[in-house]
Amino acid sequence: MTKNNTPHDSAHKHVTGQAVYIDDIPLPSGTLHAYLGLSTCTHGRIMATDFTKVLAAKNVIGVLSAKDIIGVNDISPMGLNDEPVFADTHVEFYGQPIFAVIATDRNSARAAARLAKITYEPLPHAINITQAITQNADYVTKPLKLERGDIAKGFASSAHCIKGQLTIGGQDHFYLEGHIALAEPCEDGGMRVYSSTQHPSEVQHMVAGVLGIAQNAVVVRVRRMGGGFGGKETQGNIFACVAALAAQRYNRAVKLRPDRDDDMIMTGKRHDFLVDYQVGFDKDGRIIALDGMFSARCGFSADLSGPVTDRALFHADNAYYYPNVRLRSAPLKTNTVSNTAFRGFGGPQGLMAAERVIEEIAFYLNKDPMEIRRLNFYGNRGRDITPYHQKISDNITLRIMDELITSCDYTKRRAAVLAHNAKGGVIRKGIAMTPVKFGISFTATWYNQAGALVHVYKDGSVMVNHGGTEMGQGLYTKVAQIVAGGFGIALSRVQITKTTTDKIPNTSATAASSGTDLNAMAALNAVEKIKTRLSQFLAEDWGCGTKDIVFKDGFAQEDKAGGRKIAFDALITAAYYGRIQLSATGFYKTPKVHWDRDAGRGHPFYYFAYGMAAAEVSVDSLSGEYKVLRVDILHDVGQSLNTAIDIGQIEGGFIQGMGWLTSEELVWDEGGQLRTHAPSTYKIPLSSDVPAVFNVALADWSRNKEPTIKRSKAVGEPPLMLAVSVFEAISMAVASVDGYKTCPRLNTPATPEQVLRAIERLTIND
Amino acid sequence: MTQASTKDTIDFLLNDKPVRLDGLNPRITVLDFLRLEKNLCGTKEGCNEGDCGACTVLIGRLTPDNTLRYITVNSCIIFLPALDGCHLVTVEHLRDKNGGLHPVQQAFVNHHASQCGFCTPGFVMSIYALWMENPAPSMADIDTALQGNLCRCTGYSPIRKAALSLCEYNEKDDPLFMERESVIKTLTDMKAQNQSTKTITNPDNAEDLAILPVTVDELARALQTHPNATLVAGATDVGLWVTKHINAITPMIFTAHLTDLQRITHNKFGRIIGAGCSYTDALPHLIADYPHLRDLFYRIGGVQVRNNGTLGGNIANGSPIGDIPPPLIALGARLGLRLGDVRRDILLEDFFIDYGKQDLRKGEFIETIHIPAPDLPKGVRVYHAAYKISKRRDEDISTLSVAFYIAVEQGLITTARIAFGGMAAIPKRAGLAESALIGKEFDLANFKKAGETLAEDFQPLSDVRGSAEYRMSVAKNMFVRFYLEMAGENTENSGGECQ
Repeated sequence: MTKNNTPHDSAHKHVTGQAVYIDDIPLPSGTLHAYLGLSTCTHGRIMATDFTKVLAAKNVIGVLSAKDIIGVNDISPMGLNDEPVFADTHVEFYGQPIFAVIATDRNSARAAARLAKITYEPLPHAINITQAITQNADYVTKPLKLERGDIAKGFASSAHCIKGQLTIGGQDHFYLEGHIALAEPCEDGGMRVYSSTQHPSEVQHMVAGVLGIAQNAVVVRVRRMGGGFGGKETQGNIFACVAALAAQRYNRAVKLRPDRDDDMIMTGKRHDFLVDYQVGFDKDGRIIALDGMFSARCGFSADLSGPVTDRALFHADNAYYYPNVRLRSAPLKTNTVSNTAFRGFGGPQGLMAAERVIEEIAFYLNKDPMEIRRLNFYGNRGRDITPYHQKISDNITLRIMDELITSCDYTKRRAAVLAHNAKGGVIRKGIAMTPVKFGISFTATWYNQAGALVHVYKDGSVMVNHGGTEMGQGLYTKVAQIVAGGFGIALSRVQITKTTTDKIPNTSATAASSGTDLNAMAALNAVEKIKTRLSQFLAEDWGCGTKDIVFKDGFAQEDKAGGRKIAFDALITAAYYGRIQLSATGFYKTPKVHWDRDAGRGHPFYYFAYGMAAAEVSVDSLSGEYKVLRVDILHDVGQSLNTAIDIGQIEGGFIQGMGWLTSEELVWDEGGQLRTHAPSTYKIPLSSDVPAVFNVALADWSRNKEPTIKRSKAVGEPPLMLAVSVFEAISMAVASVDGYKTCPRLNTPATPEQVLRAIERLTIND
Repeated sequence: MTQASTKDTIDFLLNDKPVRLDGLNPRITVLDFLRLEKNLCGTKEGCNEGDCGACTVLIGRLTPDNTLRYITVNSCIIFLPALDGCHLVTVEHLRDKNGGLHPVQQAFVNHHASQCGFCTPGFVMSIYALWMENPAPSMADIDTALQGNLCRCTGYSPIRKAALSLCEYNEKDDPLFMERESVIKTLTDMKAQNQSTKTITNPDNAEDLAILPVTVDELARALQTHPNATLVAGATDVGLWVTKHINAITPMIFTAHLTDLQRITHNKFGRIIGAGCSYTDALPHLIADYPHLRDLFYRIGGVQVRNNGTLGGNIANGSPIGDIPPPLIALGARLGLRLGDVRRDILLEDFFIDYGKQDLRKGEFIETIHIPAPDLPKGVRVYHAAYKISKRRDEDISTLSVAFYIAVEQGLITTARIAFGGMAAIPKRAGLAESALIGKEFDLANFKKAGETLAEDFQPLSDVRGSAEYRMSVAKNMFVRFYLEMAGENTENSGGECQ
């Protein structure tokens, strides 16, 4: 029954405007509105707060600050007590929430929030990585080291050695629906919170902590988000907690929705990194030793910076084998907003470094980077161990590359690009193919669990709940497909409803691309339990074995020609009267994964997802502007559960990754104020930025070696990194201005300014 | 002036229901009205500054010849009084003949063009507007139509395919098209009531006014009476003063309905364009005269911004990075200013005095923009080009822009007008570079030399769009690009030659 291109379950509602997001929920009468007041100091002691004007403003009910918190003033997701709801004695970044205004309408609350008078005693600050390093800034969390082999020996035996540095920019999520929460007080001091969150259980636990009530008194719900991308894994906590705090205080429903600019200023982003690398390689370009130091701008608190910087190291190999390797992270504290999860979760930054190293070798040896890639791919025994000592046993990089080289006509097109550039001229071209190997599983091993709840009602209709959240990725659709397929009934008979903590407890964040892997398995587990009971019930009646009964085409039937059959709906009615339990919980935990962080060894990933992209660009050497002319992608999702949804994830992830590496530039001024906090200044890709030719194909022959749900593979994050091909194609076009003698060492994002700067650097070198 | 007590009203048609408002806060946005007062929540707020398109709705207006024309609008930055006499269409009103999905909506479902769905209603409205104008668009048309809509999930591919597929449908599949006659009648009746200037008062504050003059003469009088009033045309800039700066501007004089401020005529100087003319309406005329402006002009904002933003507004607000002034300065455009009944005529470049300071007196407004005709005396050859450099190609504010007007007679440059945006506190001509070119031959060496003078004329700033060094490098390089392009080398940019 799994139909391969089932539309998104909400598609009709999306296009008619009937899909309900939290801001669309009709408000209970008397709902109040909260708005946050933000620090205008980058780092300092709070000397005095004066809310006289705020409280005197029209429609204002009150002001809440740290002293009004009954529970704990902390929403650190790692339990490190380093992230207050409201800054109390100190502020640590420009834009940090200090108080909330509560008013009868949102506009009044928002206007009044600007009227507070807060005096600060400024303290020295570090805004970026360089400043943090110079000032010997603290780590927000414990660094990680991965080590294998002996790099000293490796460098000593290398024919060539290159040292370099790469700056990788951050990225704002720019989910179209900004953060929002609506809290309603319930009986017995309880609280119901609608929160645009990827992690309802964490919101529940945070709200309980801040309100000083038990977790069982808080219910958190979310039907859908208008995009998440990691930006709503932890960053929704503050809005939910403040709305709930105000609802508790005033015993009224309270809504809190920041304006876009405030959302961008006060919520975390993708980490920017400074990578110092040294690579030793032989005369052919085979890597012998690699040393990498990954310094990250983490912001003022840890948030998820630990696992993010860990994942950067886990992906600093990308698809390449390093015989001798040392990778270290430096999760630096800075006086900026605390950086957080973003699609790829550090992986893209690690992968960027790997691809830069390949470029360095290729330019040094004057070879096609593709040859260097091929030479360094993970391979058979002896070349199949990662820097974290996990053996790669499902590698399909070579096959993907060879198929893509043929399908995109790489060899001929590269020759044409070289010929074009050889003529000189203002417009230069570049072409590049880059691979992705992405580890699937939460490296926090306990997160790899999921629950589900399946009810079959007397008419045979089915309701499913699971712990995953829908942010547009099509998770609800895929889980519903699995449940319908499991029962052998039409998809239209399966109702999948909002994610709510009172149905599935203690869920993990919908993150790490794991939503379907975990929740569809949990839902299937519940389905199987019910099917087992139904089969027993039927087998008794029919006098056959339970194993002989299958569920398909809307019937339960004996699996043989001319076997008996009963319509699913009729069976359910009969089973009800037969007092068969028609409801079950399901559970799943990912097998095989383990990780010893202190030792830097283990098997953190259940499996890997692979892919490759080829991009061709043209660059205007007078302005640094560029166009993406053509992109071809071959990507591995194992056996696809839903081709349309998977291709949508690949195309969308690719364009988002392209934005990260090209036009999306975050700018903080020297005072620590974010200057790119709206779409007028922060430029995500537009329709006209889509490659003129854009071919996306699935490696449909791939089958997950592990018994995942229908042998599929996770798809959320890996395709984002395919966009590195665009970046490297730009780099090649730049390199053409001095005959490819020099690695341009472009930093990301490659804005036209960065590109022109690199061109000027290479021309002056001449 | 009418008295506030006469209870003037704002009347418009919301989908299929007439709305009458007889007192309101003039700074309520159409988006807030829809979502908070009408519970029409299909229209979304994404950015509250007219940049993401999630709030896109259609506004239908009667043209002077009584046809009905729909344009897309960012409802988050347009104020309610601007709707007077209009048909406001939201996503909730779209349907097919049988009440099911409208062809545009069905195409989205068929092509998997929604993921999180939050931007979708805005995209549906933009593509619907495109389809009304152009039922068989090319991919380039589609990209242009979608410049003002951001999607973060899909990467646009399925949306573009959905838009392409619409050529299978025609207007008979669109109930809204079939209802046009009755809408025209309703709007005509509403218009008939508007015989004099309307003043709408905020019930919470009698001083807080929205004024809707009925003619340009009355506009001139209203501005004399209220010299501190803010003129609100398309609100693509003024809207943000309210939604972002929370600035309670009042009184507000609305002009979007003033069709006689949007007239385009000719005189012996050239084209006379009403200051209230939107980019969408004005640009085709400018491009007809000066084809080299096409590429630059269709990179101004997105469609929603071009539909509402006006040439006069872009000039009047005096932005150093406005897209319109540099090319018009290079053409030698002039402005018609009006204070009461007194009119004066100045060179556009003289209008800009310093950052935030323009040659505009209290109560005075820009009435017309005068574009010289492209006709040239015999034997004169003119080279034109206009370039815009931005971080993202479309819907971005210029890092810098430049327009060249170079006239050559008997092999020597006789006139040079080179105007930059984004390089100084105001749109500014490159005086030294121009002087360096006069009397010289049209060759690469001379253009390179002219570019070298820029450092003396300009001290650009560093900001989020680019560093001072980048601006200066590119500004110089544009002299090279200009020469090469005029000489016929492909630099993949627009450019043309007028004989």
